[in-house]
Amino acid sequence: MTVGHLVTLAGVLFTLGMLGVLSRRNILIILLSVELMLNAAALALVAFASYRGNLDGQVMVFFAIAVAAAEVAVGLALVIALFRIRVTVDADQVNLLKQ
Amino acid sequence: MTTLFFWIFAVVVAGSALLAITRRNGVAAALWAASSFIGIAGVFVLLGAYFLAVVEVLVYAGAIMVLFLFVIMLLNLREADLKVVQGPRMHVGGAILGALFLAALVWTCRRSGLFDVPVGAGGPIGETGTVAAPLFRDYVLPFEIVSFLLLAAMVGAVLLTKRRLS
Repeated sequence: MTVGHLVTLAGVLFTLGMLGVLSRRNILIILLSVELMLNAAALALVAFASYRGNLDGQVMVFFAIAVAAAEVAVGLALVIALFRIRVTVDADQVNLLKQ
Repeated sequence: MTTLFFWIFAVVVAGSALLAITRRNGVAAALWAASSFIGIAGVFVLLGAYFLAVVEVLVYAGAIMVLFLFVIMLLNLREADLKVVQGPRMHVGGAILGALFLAALVWTCRRSGLFDVPVGAGGPIGETGTVAAPLFRDYVLPFEIVSFLLLAAMVGAVLLTKRRLS
């Protein structure tokens, strides 16, 4: 297990999250994919914290997880509010600003 | 031994993530994502980040995934809503973009010699006490700001989901 392996794993996870965001239209799955991408960043931060030999990276991941929790709470509240007025979770049908 | 466990967790993380983004059923996708987060917690344990591993399982695989499942079941989506995916253009474009990104990443790691730097044993041990020391000494201000952020998110989520504001 080297830093390169860990960074590559983080890159694979980030790519999968990006593919999920690009290829899916269900807003819930898109939010889930964003969570995967955030986790990839967390993995890379912990790997580099271990590489540098201090704990600052791990503290940063702690903050990232706290912010991700806030993001999910607000994001899912937005999905519920959207579902209430449009009765859909299809991202392509939410184009009020385009019209 | 560490290498063996790393590969097991890597397969769990990547495989679960792949299944999570391809499932049509939202509940299945959320459960596979939770499996991926547990794999990441395993990698954190291998790196000595014990505190973060516990937080990952508690917050990500626990709280966030429960919130996701709760909302998916609350919305009670019809099967027709779940069958829509983007056209092939997005799939092909995304795959090309992802492959380019990964190739650039691996090339950069190889160039900078990161594949020759072993980690895991002898690194910093992120136990509760050792993570708390910098957290409450150097990062006190961000810590307090995060507490306000969580409060704001909580109030915002309640307000957004209220049926009518009076």
